[in-house]
Amino acid sequence: MELLSLIGRYFIAGLAEIGRLVIFTKEVVSHLVRPPFYFSMVGRQILTIGYFSLPVVGLTAIFTGAALAQQIFVGTGRFNAEAAVAGITVISIVRELGPVLAGLMVAGRVSSAIAAEIGTMQVSEQIDALVTLSTHPHKYLVVPRLIAAVLTLPLLVIVANIIGVFGGFLVGTQKLGFNASNYLQVTVDFLEASDIHSSLVKAAVFGFIIALLGCYHGFKSRGGAEGVGAATTNAVVSAFILILLANLIITVNVFGS
Amino acid sequence: MKTRVKISIRNLTKSFGSNQVLKGLDLDIMEGESVVVIGGSGTGKSVLVKCILGLLAPDSGEILIDGRDMTTASRAEHGEFMKKVGMLFQGGALFDSLTVWENVAFGLIRAHGMNKDEAHGIAIKKLARVGLGEDVSGLTPAELSGGMKKRVALARAIAAEPEIIFFDEPTTGLDPIMADVINRLITECVKELGATTLTITHDMSSVRKIADQAAMLHDGRIIWHGSRRAMDTTKNPFVRQFTTGSAKGPIKMITRGPE
Repeated sequence: MELLSLIGRYFIAGLAEIGRLVIFTKEVVSHLVRPPFYFSMVGRQILTIGYFSLPVVGLTAIFTGAALAQQIFVGTGRFNAEAAVAGITVISIVRELGPVLAGLMVAGRVSSAIAAEIGTMQVSEQIDALVTLSTHPHKYLVVPRLIAAVLTLPLLVIVANIIGVFGGFLVGTQKLGFNASNYLQVTVDFLEASDIHSSLVKAAVFGFIIALLGCYHGFKSRGGAEGVGAATTNAVVSAFILILLANLIITVNVFGS
Repeated sequence: MKTRVKISIRNLTKSFGSNQVLKGLDLDIMEGESVVVIGGSGTGKSVLVKCILGLLAPDSGEILIDGRDMTTASRAEHGEFMKKVGMLFQGGALFDSLTVWENVAFGLIRAHGMNKDEAHGIAIKKLARVGLGEDVSGLTPAELSGGMKKRVALARAIAAEPEIIFFDEPTTGLDPIMADVINRLITECVKELGATTLTITHDMSSVRKIADQAAMLHDGRIIWHGSRRAMDTTKNPFVRQFTTGSAKGPIKMITRGPE
């Protein structure tokens, strides 16, 4: 009976958490469309979320793209299909690895930073101070971050895709002996518009998840430094899981064919 | 002598889980009056202020501001109320991503639609009022000492010339001299604005300097309410114990350890 009640307690707590997140999301989305709008805040967030994430996203993409080309070379070599390396690499990167890796890296960088910043504001009463200065905290803090993340993640993913393919190209031409123009030709021939659509849709959804969970856990933090630390961890872990779940759902249901 | 009731709290209750913090609290604050609520740590003084400000939703009861019940007010009505209010938070609660003057001007720009230059001018004036020069205005809150933070927070609270100001532990964490400076600034600024104020504190020197009326919060209710003078002569054992700062008396602090 102990075990059952424990399972039940976790199950109910999980449902309550989902409920709170849904209510928070609804509240925030309603603020997206109602004035006043803080455009200058969006600009600043685009810089912190997008521009400053470029190095980490670029490095992740080039390493992964390069390793991927090598692995696919080994795999296709087992049934003499090495000619497909360029094609499989570009599809893997654009459809899956580009958005997922960029999403995860930005989540690690940005969800945590947002949760820590808003969490600190929460425990030091800065959020309450906003209210007493007639400024809605969701509108002032959450909406600009959401807009910035949804706008910049697709751009970051485009960059990640290009650099990832370039990583594969480097290994393919420098180590595996492919002809450079041939490699590029195969890459272009294999790539379809739906691959890019899938990539961008995923990126925008991941951007929403990254900013939303950072903000949600930030607002939820209580009780000083320890609370802020927990909020930061929870933001990153939950953003990771939701990104991977959303990726699965989008891949299978929307771009499955 | 003004006699209009500015803030009237009726039978306010608020619980957190099974812990009932406010158990039917009544309090009237006259226009232009300075009321100080005293009470031990954890008696719900902050909860009271947060309920009035709408930062916490009370379980039941009425909070009448100028005769209008804020617990049932619309979003727009509540917004109008917030424009008339200033609040000095315990830790200052300055926005650490903004400079000192941007902090002071924040409400003027966001809530009162003032343009940046005009708000900057007023911010500089208000900072001067609390004894801070223009050289401080460009610093960030992290570069300020505790006393300076309190001054900036005070300047921010009075920047929009509010009708009602709340002070949450205005002198906590300050040395006695700086505490006296802040107490003086509070009384002067409040007098200049003619504002109605509610202060919560457990610093008795603060009470004696800024209170017209004192009220004692204990066990979720206001158990005593009277003038500052009456506070020192009352026979109420709770108030006596608190004002004299004695461990012996009817108020039992919750302490851990063997019974």
